[in-house]
Amino acid sequence: MNFLSEIFKRRGLIVGPLLVAAMAVLPLIDFELPGIFPGPSSNPGTLQILALALLIGSLALSYHLLLGVAGLLSFGHALYFAIGTYGLAILLRQTDIALLPAMLIVGLVGLVVAAVLGRISLQVSGIAFAMVTLAFAQAGSVLIRRNSEITNGEEGLPINTANVPDYLVGVVNTKNLFWLALVIAVIAFLLVTWFEKSRAGHVVAATRENELRVRVLGIRPTRVKILAVVSAGVIATVAGMVYFVLQSTASPANISADLTLTLLVIVVLGGVGSRWGALIGGVIYMILDQRLTSLARAPELKELPEFLYIPLSEPLFLLGSIFILVVLFLPGGFAGLAKRFRTGKRAKLKELA
Amino acid sequence: MSDVILLLMTGLGLGALYFLIAGGLSLIYGLMGVLNFAHGSFLTVGAIAGWEISKLLGGDSWGVLLISMVVGALVGAVVATATELLLIRPLYLRHIEQALITVGLSLASVALFEGIWGVDPNYVSRPPWLIEVTKIAGALVPNDRFLLIGSAVLVLFGMLAFLRYTRFGLIIRAGVENRAMVQALGIDVRRAFTLVFAIGGAVAGFGGVLASQYFGYVSPHLGGNLLIFAFIVTIIGGLGSLVGAAIASVLVAVLQQFANFYLGGTGDLVIVVLLIVVLLTRPTGLLGKRAH
Repeated sequence: MNFLSEIFKRRGLIVGPLLVAAMAVLPLIDFELPGIFPGPSSNPGTLQILALALLIGSLALSYHLLLGVAGLLSFGHALYFAIGTYGLAILLRQTDIALLPAMLIVGLVGLVVAAVLGRISLQVSGIAFAMVTLAFAQAGSVLIRRNSEITNGEEGLPINTANVPDYLVGVVNTKNLFWLALVIAVIAFLLVTWFEKSRAGHVVAATRENELRVRVLGIRPTRVKILAVVSAGVIATVAGMVYFVLQSTASPANISADLTLTLLVIVVLGGVGSRWGALIGGVIYMILDQRLTSLARAPELKELPEFLYIPLSEPLFLLGSIFILVVLFLPGGFAGLAKRFRTGKRAKLKELA
Repeated sequence: MSDVILLLMTGLGLGALYFLIAGGLSLIYGLMGVLNFAHGSFLTVGAIAGWEISKLLGGDSWGVLLISMVVGALVGAVVATATELLLIRPLYLRHIEQALITVGLSLASVALFEGIWGVDPNYVSRPPWLIEVTKIAGALVPNDRFLLIGSAVLVLFGMLAFLRYTRFGLIIRAGVENRAMVQALGIDVRRAFTLVFAIGGAVAGFGGVLASQYFGYVSPHLGGNLLIFAFIVTIIGGLGSLVGAAIASVLVAVLQQFANFYLGGTGDLVIVVLLIVVLLTRPTGLLGKRAH
């Protein structure tokens, strides 16, 4: 029995690699999932959506590090994503640096910015922290819109492929980008897991639960909180860079408050504090976002009466409503629901005893 | 000189709009600890209701504008009350979840507005006087600024009088100060929760009609665009303080106008810097009490 529960506990060690392997072979086979994939899985269009979904999943994981692990409610996390997209876009356009060193430089920029802004914003906590981060992201958004000679303003900055290796350019090579996105998602997941299990992760989690007690124990929580902010910032920057190469444009939407709110929605829907919830929530959100838009234009919908057709044709309306229902009736999100199903029987037995 | 006066009047007019959102936001946060992301939608729904009623009645007379203001305020109040009763109250005192639910509501409502009224701005008709200008010390000031400033001042004093001279106002003020004590004295503070939501919604809906007069159009993003600045205003002014919100509204809007004009369009950036400075030197804001 113990042995079984041990396996049950470590099922992540088995399920994880299996899932990754299954994802990795998708571009090589014609796997169809009607209604969810727009075509067979070797189709570049499908791979593009899946790669985007994996990157948003990684971004959601980095947000999980802030909200779920450190308990920091940030409204400006999109800033680091935009440092990734715009940083790489500007470096590729303005300089002759090759892709890999350019990515290293942008990653470093993300790290430094996260460290400096984290230091400032962690002067305050709670709602005030949320507001400061919102203000920083807002300032970044203004900078991007105002300096249109560098960033191309509202239009967005297209990629300059001169220094990008050929195997990452063009529709034919979407599968390479998909594998890259998969690698990023796996690394992000391992990094976040490692952080949570490390001493710093334990201190951060303890601080989330009771900061005063951590201080009484003689530990300074600010340093580990900054570590969490920096780790989350770097993961978001890396996800942003690959997202940029995949989308081949850096757009002001990358830094909008809406993107951060979306991450918040994903993490809460997945279940605050759940790694799998954040990753899978991000993936599902992105697929839904891509597919709902096309489903909303489905001819069958048009035949419905207007009061049904209008709300159903707005993906954000559906998402917002689902979100409200989850917050009201499913605290713990979908991960919490899954857990309740697993432990439901045992809990009932305990209740009886 | 005329530049300065025009900038000042425009800043005051914009500040009036900020106040009409931030005042309600600040009271709601001060009393209930709820950060209301849906407040922009209250403004938008008021603006849309006002626009629809003025379309229905036709014409651009003052009477129609007055009716649309009343309708905007009423619709804002009804929507806000329903929000409080149906969505906020079941999550009593769970502040993060309450903030999250308003995030969901703002996403869903903006999408719904887009679905029904379209993404493009709908232009409103205005009384002719509002489009004209008045000459003050050489500056040509558009008349709508006076309407905005006058209305906001009336709302501010109305709200202050309500808070000072009525029993409900007393409960709200006491609740902002110390909610636990008010409850301990046997007063059902949840009625006051519904009331501040209704007041905040009415003021925001009223502000929506004024905003549509100021910008000349109604769009689903009208409220959301103003909400970010209203948040900043609320933080700078101090959460829970109506007078603080009024002072900060004027400060933020005027500073924004002057920086936009004299510092090459850096208005938004200057505001963000101001927010950071205030937060780091005085985290509770200009007139704020301790945070909940």
